[in-house]
Amino acid sequence: MTSDRRAAAFKISRRTSPSKKVRRENFVGWLFTLPALFMYAFFVLVPFLLTILYSFFRWNGVGPMTWVGIKNYLSVLQVPNLVGTIFNAFWLVVWFSFIPVGLGLIVASVIHRIARGRFGTVARTVLFLPQVIALVAAGIIWGWLLALPGLINQILKAVGLGVITRAWLGDFHWALPSVGMVGVWVLLGFCTVLLETGMSKIDPALYESARLDGASWFQEFLGITVPLLRHEIGVCLTVTVIAALAAFDIIWVTTAGGPGNSTSVPGIQIYILAFTQRAIGLASALAVMLMVLVVIVIIPIQWLTRESAQ
Amino acid sequence: MNKKSVIFSLTSFLVLTSMLLSACGAPAATEVPATVAPATEAPATEAPTEPPAAALPNCGTDPVVMNVVFETGWDMPTLLSEEFTKQFPNVTWDISMEQFANLITTTPMLLSSDNPPDLIRLPTMVTFAKDGLLKNLDEYATAFGWNDWPVPQINQNRLDANYIRGSGTLYAMGLNYSMTGVFYNKTLAAQIGMTEPPKTVAEFEALLAAAKAAGLQPIMEWGSAKSGMGLAFPLQNLMAAYGPVEPINDWIFQKVGATIDTPTNLIAAQHLQQWIEAGYFPPDINAIEYSDAASRFGNGEGVFTFNGDWQNGGYDTAMPGNVGFFLFPPAEAGGGYAAMSAPLTYGIAANAKHADCAAFFLNWAATNPTARQINVDRMGSNPGGPADASVPTVTAGSVTIETLAAGPMLSGAMDFIANATSSIFAQGWTPELQKMVAGEQDAAGLLQAVQAEYLREISQ
Repeated sequence: MTSDRRAAAFKISRRTSPSKKVRRENFVGWLFTLPALFMYAFFVLVPFLLTILYSFFRWNGVGPMTWVGIKNYLSVLQVPNLVGTIFNAFWLVVWFSFIPVGLGLIVASVIHRIARGRFGTVARTVLFLPQVIALVAAGIIWGWLLALPGLINQILKAVGLGVITRAWLGDFHWALPSVGMVGVWVLLGFCTVLLETGMSKIDPALYESARLDGASWFQEFLGITVPLLRHEIGVCLTVTVIAALAAFDIIWVTTAGGPGNSTSVPGIQIYILAFTQRAIGLASALAVMLMVLVVIVIIPIQWLTRESAQ
Repeated sequence: MNKKSVIFSLTSFLVLTSMLLSACGAPAATEVPATVAPATEAPATEAPTEPPAAALPNCGTDPVVMNVVFETGWDMPTLLSEEFTKQFPNVTWDISMEQFANLITTTPMLLSSDNPPDLIRLPTMVTFAKDGLLKNLDEYATAFGWNDWPVPQINQNRLDANYIRGSGTLYAMGLNYSMTGVFYNKTLAAQIGMTEPPKTVAEFEALLAAAKAAGLQPIMEWGSAKSGMGLAFPLQNLMAAYGPVEPINDWIFQKVGATIDTPTNLIAAQHLQQWIEAGYFPPDINAIEYSDAASRFGNGEGVFTFNGDWQNGGYDTAMPGNVGFFLFPPAEAGGGYAAMSAPLTYGIAANAKHADCAAFFLNWAATNPTARQINVDRMGSNPGGPADASVPTVTAGSVTIETLAAGPMLSGAMDFIANATSSIFAQGWTPELQKMVAGEQDAAGLLQAVQAEYLREISQ
């Protein structure tokens, strides 16, 4: 082999060996993700695609499947109970999303400003506690508290408000707000902790200069805190809006959709249609429509968040 | 949150929704047994206790492990299985317990699995039979003589060629036959001047008015969506008081053209509406669960309650000697008595490995004196069986004596209107009756709305 040939071979080897290495690394990387990918495909993608497939069939889960095209989607729109659940879900967005985020901003701001020490830690822990309590257990306890002989009515009677006592979860007008309050209780801590963490990243010099210019707490809040927390607010809104639109557990345990469908949401109807009525196709159609609805609601929130990030 | 994580969140959410459709587990809910059933005969003599003849299906002598699914909350079937093993030691049991609400969702999966249950508590029957998941029991019925048993409720487990219930092929058997009617607090009933059970609806309504006037809670009943609306009990009793039971059963059995929206049912619904408006039910009924209503009645809140004899033990424990029972009276004096009455239904999977043994067990449960005694002791219901089967002993002063004695008075037996379709209770009766309680639905609207939901469900 001549020296030129050797040099040429060296050049080739220098050119090819990194790509081989990269390929090997890529291959090893994919091997590492393979178990997760398999689980994701098996538990996420397959049911996802099956749900869409089922929505075009009439099927009871066991017997033969009959192709019905978009009939299931039309049925969802024609049955008043099913359309009503979507309205209830949007009403829940107010309770599960707007109130926890709004209140969370105020509470986080107060904790951040005046309670940074041990009191702040205790407050954060107490507010976050509902996140670690099983929702089913919490729902049962809220059911007791909100019953006619429950603690909340006893307190109302003790403070002279006996006239407004009622079975909160059995009242057509108050059942949904009552379930909504349980949602506020669950999600306020999550929003508060997330927003307070975001606040801690804001440069204190901004507040200092604002104060030197004579800004009030409220002006600081509107002028500095809220704009710089847009990203965190976006995350809170995304998570809580999905929690509202896809709500199932809290409602199933507290009211099961009653009284008279006044707290029924798509999640409850999907469950009843699929497992009690065994109308798998109709339930799948409602599930797909619910997903589309969530995407339609979430995309603007994400878009606004990205705008702020830019 | 970046684009990928948003997609991930959304996909995860969809999957959660999808899992609802593809998984078989389900949140449990307290559930009233959806089938109700009565005793119809007071058997008189000794039951056959001899071992089965060689020709009859039996459990053989080789070791057998029975794969069975029982309902959570009721230990009677388990006690029966233990007694069975004592008498037939080659048979042991692999018992799964499921909440009734879970049974509704999991039964199709269990029946179609590779290891289907030899015996299973059936929440509903028609669709499973239609899908070929249940064993045809006609041969067993002939072999054991079930067709001659004086228990008309067995017909509720028969399906004709069009899968209409009431006649034809037998697909399930009752482990017992419960009785529904009106339970009353004897002390409170005496306070309002009730010396004997009312003989007409008018007499019963007079007692309700007297209870209200005396400041007592006239009727304790449950009505939350979690338990299913208990007002379906008095409503169906009123339906059977003002009209014949056959059209009601036709509707439950899904006979072609059947309707619940009939003139006599409208009268019944109007009476129920009047009761609601008169304040005969608790003001918080829409939030009361089954167990709470049973407990509140047991604690003396309520002169009357509509329920079934599966609650006998609970009432007797809470108020020993103070609970009475009567069948809901007819509209006119001297008319026949009718009640909701259905078997505690158990079926055998089409591909069960030990179907003969399961059928033998079902026959044994209704004919063996010890089994019959366990049945009555634990649930208070008539164990069925042949006319000459043994009579279980009942504790003196217990309400079980009264519920068993009510059986022979029945002239009409109905299945429960909540069992007409698998979700007519959740999607029809419960929300519409809750609306009636809240003043947002009237008697005519109730029947029209339920009929519309019924037609929608059976057309799917």
